[in-house]
Amino acid sequence: MFGVGGGTSSYKEIEEADAIILWGSNARSAHPIFFHHLLKGISNGAKMWAIDPRRTESARFADVWLGINVGSDIALANGIAREIINAGLENKNFIKNATTGYEDFVTHIEPWTLTKTAAITGVPSEAIRDLAHFYANAEKAQIAWTLGITEHHTAVDNVLTLCNLSLLTGHVGRWGSGLVPLRGQNNVQGGGDMGALPNKLAGFQNVADEKVRLKFEAVWNCKIPPEPGWHLTEMFEAMEKKELKALYVIGENPADSDADVNHARKALEGLDILVVQDVFMTRTAEMADVVLPAALGWAESDGTVTNSERRVQRTRAAIKPPGDAHQEIEIISDLAKHLGDDSWGQPTAEELWEELRTISPMHAGMSWKRIENEGGIQWPCPDEDHPGSPFLHDRLWRQPAEGRLAPFSCVDDRPPVESLDEEYPLRLTTGRVLDSYNTGVQTINYESPIRSGEALELSSIDAEKLDISSGERVLVSSRRGSIEMTVEVDPDLPVGLAFTTFHFPDLADVNQLTNSAYDPKSGTAEFKATAIRVEKLVNA
Amino acid sequence: MSETTKKPPETFVEITLDGNKISAPEGSTILDVCKQANIDTPTLCWAENLTPVNVCRVCVVEVEDSRALVPSCSRPIEEGMVVSTESERVNTSRRMVLELLASSVELDRADKEIIEWMNYYGSNPDRMGNSNEVKTSKQPVKIQDNLYVRDYERCILCYKCVEACGEDAQHTFAIATAGRGFEAHISTEFDVELPESACVYCGNCIGVCPTGALVFKTEHDMREDNSWNPDNQKVTETICGFCGVGCNLELHTQDEKIVKVTSPSDHSVTEGHLCIKGRFGWQHAQPKN
Repeated sequence: MFGVGGGTSSYKEIEEADAIILWGSNARSAHPIFFHHLLKGISNGAKMWAIDPRRTESARFADVWLGINVGSDIALANGIAREIINAGLENKNFIKNATTGYEDFVTHIEPWTLTKTAAITGVPSEAIRDLAHFYANAEKAQIAWTLGITEHHTAVDNVLTLCNLSLLTGHVGRWGSGLVPLRGQNNVQGGGDMGALPNKLAGFQNVADEKVRLKFEAVWNCKIPPEPGWHLTEMFEAMEKKELKALYVIGENPADSDADVNHARKALEGLDILVVQDVFMTRTAEMADVVLPAALGWAESDGTVTNSERRVQRTRAAIKPPGDAHQEIEIISDLAKHLGDDSWGQPTAEELWEELRTISPMHAGMSWKRIENEGGIQWPCPDEDHPGSPFLHDRLWRQPAEGRLAPFSCVDDRPPVESLDEEYPLRLTTGRVLDSYNTGVQTINYESPIRSGEALELSSIDAEKLDISSGERVLVSSRRGSIEMTVEVDPDLPVGLAFTTFHFPDLADVNQLTNSAYDPKSGTAEFKATAIRVEKLVNA
Repeated sequence: MSETTKKPPETFVEITLDGNKISAPEGSTILDVCKQANIDTPTLCWAENLTPVNVCRVCVVEVEDSRALVPSCSRPIEEGMVVSTESERVNTSRRMVLELLASSVELDRADKEIIEWMNYYGSNPDRMGNSNEVKTSKQPVKIQDNLYVRDYERCILCYKCVEACGEDAQHTFAIATAGRGFEAHISTEFDVELPESACVYCGNCIGVCPTGALVFKTEHDMREDNSWNPDNQKVTETICGFCGVGCNLELHTQDEKIVKVTSPSDHSVTEGHLCIKGRFGWQHAQPKN
């Protein structure tokens, strides 16, 4: 956001906020300990608004829940922005000092009247107006979101509209006000930090920038190609076109986790060689030509991870990896040797970190020792005397603002790729539950007393219409596949919306249904908006 | 990019603690100042990450001109306050509290410090009568699943689990105290079985329990077959592998196996609290077969 690849705020800030907007996030279930901080904020007097098609466990703690239509987030944000401007509640000084593109933005959102916004989003006009005034009038306001914002074909634009709201009101760059993307996995942020992105090197430095490349080449003693690589979705397209023939998968289970998973499996089967490095014999590993058993990152390895408040923290080996499992650093270094490069040796995690500090300015001040002693450090931390950065972009408040000004973005509402019709009349959205995680690889084997297993949740009215009650089996079909599932009636679900988790692919291969249409800017597939049909299965 | 919260400069307050002048920030409790002065103060119902509830009375100190002893965990210091932590009244009271609790509750699995305090204050619970005659000592262990065990004959009703389940952390409110006097006990709503209650198995109650009434099933089983050996355990700090919050875990291991998981209460990410996945979801690191 605003030129930096991370959330702007610390978790602690939400405890002091006056206004909390949780948008497309069920943090109570998916990020429970962040939600503790949020609850402290509520205890301290903050009002909370939850924006989600479902009345989630998180929404139950909100003062107001807005049951938005799936995929109409941009419309809602544009409508809120227009109302803020219309009511004269925008932060004129901040806009003038710190932003660009405001005039164009005002023109762009002019059509988004309360009436039009209400019609598209399903949120009543009064509620949109109240939310606009609530957010703009707050002294400190936080917007937190998760995959309800980013698992759409408009992922990046969705985020940009939230950025617009923060710029309009000056709710960024100050302690207590900010934008909080909650990362889904324990090192999504760290992967980005380390350059595991197709167009970036470590520290979010552009691979296209020759000066950057020269710096890395000098340290790594190799040539770095200037062209960006492929992101995951592009890789699968390349596999189909036989442009990508060999795949090395580390700690990912795309044969279960990808949208339109039958398609993904076929692409994996068509590879000349598939190498999987993982802790478990996942479905993807079962398809592999070579499996490299790896140590478990958080319990069997020394290293670092970066969390959703940009805090770099130490993982440490508490137990030994079993059997033939090796440390991932060891595996990759050995692989380099077998590929003909003897210069890698067998570096330790600490040695690699100390090397990183020399080439990634945002990590330069974080010595291994400091990370140990200070319980983690939040980047950027440019030198050893720098305490780390609890929040970002206070530069925008300096007079005059420093660095590149923050641009408003004119983005258009675009409904989900898959529309509903007579054949596929229900909207399916997926999400997590509290006790399980992703494709279940790490959670299926502990005995959770609250595990409900796979279920297709339907609204009472839809269930009645289809003459189905809880516990009955149904055939769920999308334009890509059909699977059998058990129905659970959820009286809180709005009519026309169905929900399921994706934690139990062996019981319900939900990603056979989901749509792989993706956001060209982020590569994220539209998991959150599938058109389905539900048919009752009659017992033979 | 620095933190620009403008906190007002702290005002300091001076008190006399066991004859020594000592100053501390306004708003500190007597217990805070005792800690600052390295004076060991017994506490049962107090925890760094919970709001004081003032029920155990073991942390009491004598404050000049105060008729009753005062709980140090919750009393803020005032300018000129004269506090004594070692007077005969204080020692007698602390000894009595520990004796009364230990006379009705099994404390053999309590935190080490509790046993040390009992020795220090010369507690002799047996003089209160035969503990087997007391109702609280006669309860079957509640084992409902493979995650954690509730052994209420070890419960001193310190309320910590209730606080952690409720307003101080989890906001689930699955448990509260029910009954009065000897009938007082920790209960789910309408005393339903745990899986039928609102419990979401975060285990934050286990995290704060000082007496071993609430323990991991692993710890319970190992204690039962005499294989629990804290001297042979090591604690490794790491980061949880689930979700992107980055919770700090302390993995307690014995013989290369994780036997329980806690979180440091002084870390800004977790403040000592975890969810079901962080607390119990480690079994993929060591499958049973």
